[in-house]
Amino acid sequence: MESTDPNPSKTSLTDGNVQIRLNDDDDSSSKRSAEHHSSDRSPSPEGPPPPLPPRPSTLSLLDDGGAAPGTPRLNTPVAHSTLQSRATTAVSLTEIASHDNGKEELHLRGLPETVRARASLGHLAAPRGGSDASDSASIRSFAPYSELGDVENIFGDLAPPDSDVVQQDSTGLMQFPEFQADDMDDDFTVEFEPVGDIEEGGENEELVLEKWKAKRKHYIILSAAGKPIWTRHGDGGLISAYVGIIQTIISSYENSKDRLSGFTAGDTKFAVVAKGPLYLVAISRILESDTQLKLQLEALYMQILSTLTLPSLTHLFSVRPSTDLKRPLQGSETLLSTLADSFTRGSPSTLLSALECLKIRKAHRQTINNTLLRTKAGNLLYGLIVAGGRLVSVVRPKKHSLHPGDLQLLFNMIFEAEAVKAGGGESWIPVCLPGFNSSGYLYMYVSFLDLREDAETADESTVTTEESVAIILISTDKESFFELQKMRDSFVEQMEKNGSIKIIKEAITKGRPSTTDIVPGTVLHHFVYKSRANVQFAMSSYNPEFSSALRRRRLISTYNNLHASVHAKHTHVKVHHCVTQSSSSFAWVTPVFELYCVAGPHANRNALAQSASKIVRWVQKEEERLFIIGGAVF
Amino acid sequence: MSDSGTANTPKPSSSVKLVLLGEAAVGKSSLVLRFVNNDFQENKEPTIGAAFLTQKCSLPTRTIKFEIWDTAGQERFASLAPMYYRNAQAALVVYDVTKPSSLTKAKHWVAELQRQASPGIVIALVGNKLDLTNDGGGETQADAERDSGVEGDDTLQNQEEQDDNTRGDARKVSTREASTYAEEEGLLFFETSAKTGLNVVDVFTAIANAIPESSLKSGRAAGAGTGQTTLGGGRSADDSRVNLGDRGSATAKEGCAC
Repeated sequence: MESTDPNPSKTSLTDGNVQIRLNDDDDSSSKRSAEHHSSDRSPSPEGPPPPLPPRPSTLSLLDDGGAAPGTPRLNTPVAHSTLQSRATTAVSLTEIASHDNGKEELHLRGLPETVRARASLGHLAAPRGGSDASDSASIRSFAPYSELGDVENIFGDLAPPDSDVVQQDSTGLMQFPEFQADDMDDDFTVEFEPVGDIEEGGENEELVLEKWKAKRKHYIILSAAGKPIWTRHGDGGLISAYVGIIQTIISSYENSKDRLSGFTAGDTKFAVVAKGPLYLVAISRILESDTQLKLQLEALYMQILSTLTLPSLTHLFSVRPSTDLKRPLQGSETLLSTLADSFTRGSPSTLLSALECLKIRKAHRQTINNTLLRTKAGNLLYGLIVAGGRLVSVVRPKKHSLHPGDLQLLFNMIFEAEAVKAGGGESWIPVCLPGFNSSGYLYMYVSFLDLREDAETADESTVTTEESVAIILISTDKESFFELQKMRDSFVEQMEKNGSIKIIKEAITKGRPSTTDIVPGTVLHHFVYKSRANVQFAMSSYNPEFSSALRRRRLISTYNNLHASVHAKHTHVKVHHCVTQSSSSFAWVTPVFELYCVAGPHANRNALAQSASKIVRWVQKEEERLFIIGGAVF
Repeated sequence: MSDSGTANTPKPSSSVKLVLLGEAAVGKSSLVLRFVNNDFQENKEPTIGAAFLTQKCSLPTRTIKFEIWDTAGQERFASLAPMYYRNAQAALVVYDVTKPSSLTKAKHWVAELQRQASPGIVIALVGNKLDLTNDGGGETQADAERDSGVEGDDTLQNQEEQDDNTRGDARKVSTREASTYAEEEGLLFFETSAKTGLNVVDVFTAIANAIPESSLKSGRAAGAGTGQTTLGGGRSADDSRVNLGDRGSATAKEGCAC
């Protein structure tokens, strides 16, 4: 319980609602970036919510933030009220309607009486003891939130809590939240720029803080004792006050044997995952569902395990609960950051928890597989050939499969973070693959294939991530570097001989097909197809429609929404069609596959459906080229 | 050792296993990248695990192929270090001239190497980031070469002058402190800048020259992994500490062909 806001007056109260200003400066507080509203959610085993108190008329105060100058890029609640009337189609009305009720409850529930709210906030801002029980009782929400996570997001994310109009209209024509429109003046890449350091003397502190608050996505990892461990933006010093608040909020729930899983404040969603001695927090203003944020936090946790292993993490904190984990994690921060950024940028791989493969002929893949098997070193556990994050070939022991989560960590380390690539040589990396075994290290040999023919120009041209081909050989033996190096050398030599290198190179140059390559004249701009049995996906090229970071992010947001709605609990949606201002999208889920596709806003629904089924037929025809089925086992 | 006979034939090629050790962020990888690719990256991300690189270095009498283990400096990788230095013939222990704690860490590494590594290992103590000090920027290459001698008196005098003169100098470890220590321990000593390239090749050349011929093996057999022999095994006692006195500053004059 350290570093709570020392000045309770900075915490403002509004009738019936808790509004915590995280801003130290009252003047600029209107430019808020994070205001908590009375916590909307927590998993609660307590069943249906109690009768709801009447909605206070002062709720509109909650909307200040959305329209404030600090957040010009965001869809404001006002905008969404107007969007309400636009064309939106959803299939399976009954389910939606029923969840809408749930949402309504989420918004209406838990607005305690003024007096109790005051008491509870006093507790948060400066714990004074004595009133703990009633405080936490007043904060705690009673909604069975965990059941509704996805649905709440999709249907309720941006709806202003006070817009009774929205609430009344529960006929099933729902407003889907949308990632910001293209024409808004925005540069998404700013999101990934550093906020800078506070200079000595602190003159630029306000500027740095301003930049920090302008970020639409934050990840913060802290220890249960309240020590900041890692943050995507800023540093421990900058965020320490916030970390204090977060820790206080989380632990006040834990004290009352409850667990905070997340809450929403206006357009900002907070998700919390507690993992042993660690709290992981995601703060998102880019319309992600609770489930998605939690998956992201789980992945960050896996990255920490991958660096430290579970036993050593547990040991560190059991010896000293106040351990500063920053030191043991030193040097792996960039891995966390690149992983976090890949979530913020949006990746189908994360969304679908699946892998993508390089599309090559079955016979060609067979040749590469056989070459791998033929050259296999005695102590090899896994061998992978990966082209810019896309699997080319895998060898593995019969009894061990590969976990997509583990591969995601490896690919992040090898292709996204510069550390391995910039080394310029071969790497030998101890790594824990938590999905395989969280208790120990494996040893990974990595080297990149040089696909450039002309060695003369090698220095000039930079190899992009998509083009780099890595050979990843994993062993349990930490002394086996030279053995694996030998395997690599003979493998590459044979690949040269049998023409496989050339095939890989051509496949990379060819890139992903565009939708019109597959279905000429289709309305579809993009699709993602997941083969459930193979835990792999295939997709079309981002170009030209989604080449910019912002458009790509919006595409992924659309997929997020589709994915969340077809995977919402208690829904049995098979086909889902959704029209928004900027796109119409379509999801189709069967036991065999999941297909998500996106077309322009005015696409005809029949044309969309026809194209979708053509895509499915195409994928099924090409299945053995698009996916690695079985792979090479020994 | 029977291998030493090969040194008589013109320009034989031998491999030298070299390991870089030192605190995180002192510039180990940058030194290697400068040596191997003649390249420098600002804000290079920390090495994970270890990187293995090779580079040839041509001496008048022979060609040395360095097989370099560039290790990560973070604490959690420290337990893996013996794997890398166990069979090494040379070690670069790197510290940051702007960070005193990194010299302390370097001393720990030197002590560990003297205790655990092959008895004949050639150790060079390298103070990196000279570009952040006053003697990094203005110095000409000619000066650098003159100064690169281990116990060059002029280096010390230069340093003393510049210690007094502290305008914008980020130096926190004096040349004298480090070189005195290096002398006591019988280490080669250099101050370098991976950023400007100052003295970098000289370090490797000096090491190549300091490797006793008796411990050099021909060809690339040494890279072949599990078959490696422990070098310390058959060495006589007087080989075990390299006498730097008779090599001196002359060694640094030899240019690498790389």
